[in-house]
Amino acid sequence: MTHTVAHFGKDLIGIEPLSAEQILLILDTAEPFKEISERRIKKVPVLRGKTIVNLFFEPSTRTRISFEFAEKRLSADTVNITTTGSSVVKGETLVDTARNLEAMRIDMVVIRHGSSGAARFLAERIPSNVVSAGDGSHEHPTQALLDLLTIRDRLAKIEGARVCIVGDILHSRVARSNIYGLTKLGAEVGVCGPPTLMPVGIEELGVRVFRRVEEAIEWADVLNVLRLQLERMQGGYVPSLREYNRVYGVSSARLERVPKELLILHPGPMNRGVEIDSDVADGPHSVILDQVTNGIAVRMAVLYLLAGGAPEKAESAKGGVEE
Amino acid sequence: MAQTRTPLMDEKAVRRALSRMAREITEQTGGTEGLVLMGIHRRGDEIAEFLRDEIHKAEGIEPALGSVDITLYRDDLGVIGPCPVVGESTLPPDGIDGRIIVIVDDVLYTGRTARAALNELMDWGRPSRVYLCVLIDRGGRELPIQPDIVGRKVEVIGNRRVEVLVPALDGSLAVEILKAPAGGS
Repeated sequence: MTHTVAHFGKDLIGIEPLSAEQILLILDTAEPFKEISERRIKKVPVLRGKTIVNLFFEPSTRTRISFEFAEKRLSADTVNITTTGSSVVKGETLVDTARNLEAMRIDMVVIRHGSSGAARFLAERIPSNVVSAGDGSHEHPTQALLDLLTIRDRLAKIEGARVCIVGDILHSRVARSNIYGLTKLGAEVGVCGPPTLMPVGIEELGVRVFRRVEEAIEWADVLNVLRLQLERMQGGYVPSLREYNRVYGVSSARLERVPKELLILHPGPMNRGVEIDSDVADGPHSVILDQVTNGIAVRMAVLYLLAGGAPEKAESAKGGVEE
Repeated sequence: MAQTRTPLMDEKAVRRALSRMAREITEQTGGTEGLVLMGIHRRGDEIAEFLRDEIHKAEGIEPALGSVDITLYRDDLGVIGPCPVVGESTLPPDGIDGRIIVIVDDVLYTGRTARAALNELMDWGRPSRVYLCVLIDRGGRELPIQPDIVGRKVEVIGNRRVEVLVPALDGSLAVEILKAPAGGS
């Protein structure tokens, strides 16, 4: 009678290795967690006594705070380690840092790192659960999950939805995780951006490429507008921010040309007036702040599922589960 | 060897017990003023709905209904393995502060579920009084928790299960005792 589910694994490194069922399990688990953040006492004791280390090697405000809220609302003890002010600046390697933390008896690590593959590297070397909070230009799984949850909230289902990701697809881990998640759940996915920021062979991931943002707007039900990293200009990928805005910026003038209600997502932080105009960001179709709220619920769901234990214990425990 | 099911209560017997329990609730709480029936997800919810209807019939007023999912308050999360699916808890619209709460469940066994439900209620607010109401008290308590209102008390040995069948989930209303095959769970 107890409702148990398929094995979830030790770590969350990316969306690519997950099955559609596993993704849906995370989204379904996130639903009841939304309600906890609306309570007067925003705390449940489910991870009481677990120690979670947030290991952030790259600057991050939203993701780190979101993870920290999720951990605290599940009653876990948290420690934040950022690169400045830690022994990382003294030349300690990633695995040594992690082993030292292990020696202090931790249970989980949330890692953000500038190198693709850092989360997997760590997960293979320590027994703690590892959750990726973004690694290089590889994946940012919890961002994709919160995007999926936000789209599902509004459209009722993801299957068949047309989602276009607009911006720097080449360097974006958000784009990659979103493409994996959306295609696994049966959405149609498009990408749109300057040719210099479009990976060669991206079509092989099962996406349509739009050259012009107007075409993308005409086709899509949902636009996920990515942040244009300002460093890209120095890298010579785009001539100027103004030109980028003129050609690829999501503006209300462009949206008004099509008579439909587009859902607008943005992973933040926004460059207003570059990839997205203020009247769109604050407009009626923007679900950008819903994404932030959903981010906590999704991260609570991930932490809860990873803490759930090993599958082989399930059978033996069934008899002991009380009625 | 398959599981054997022995009937304990048929639909008539369950309905009689429920209407008596409903009367006992209003007797103990002194009417429906400030009364909230709080079902423990999922079969407790169903029992709570029956009790609400019975109280409505007798008193002419429908008491408020709530639901508590205790998954996140379990004491055995690390033991039971792949996470049980988390359900949603719902509060009555005016909250539970100062109200009389009747926690409703189908079967009371070790008392651990009731403990979890109590903790969750306390995190939500400060009820003026909490009662525990169960359809079946099967004994075997592991915690100092006792019910206030009981449908039927039976002593059932550890390897048997008491199953309450409800129309919404099982298509019928009855109570059965399950005997697992030897060596099974």
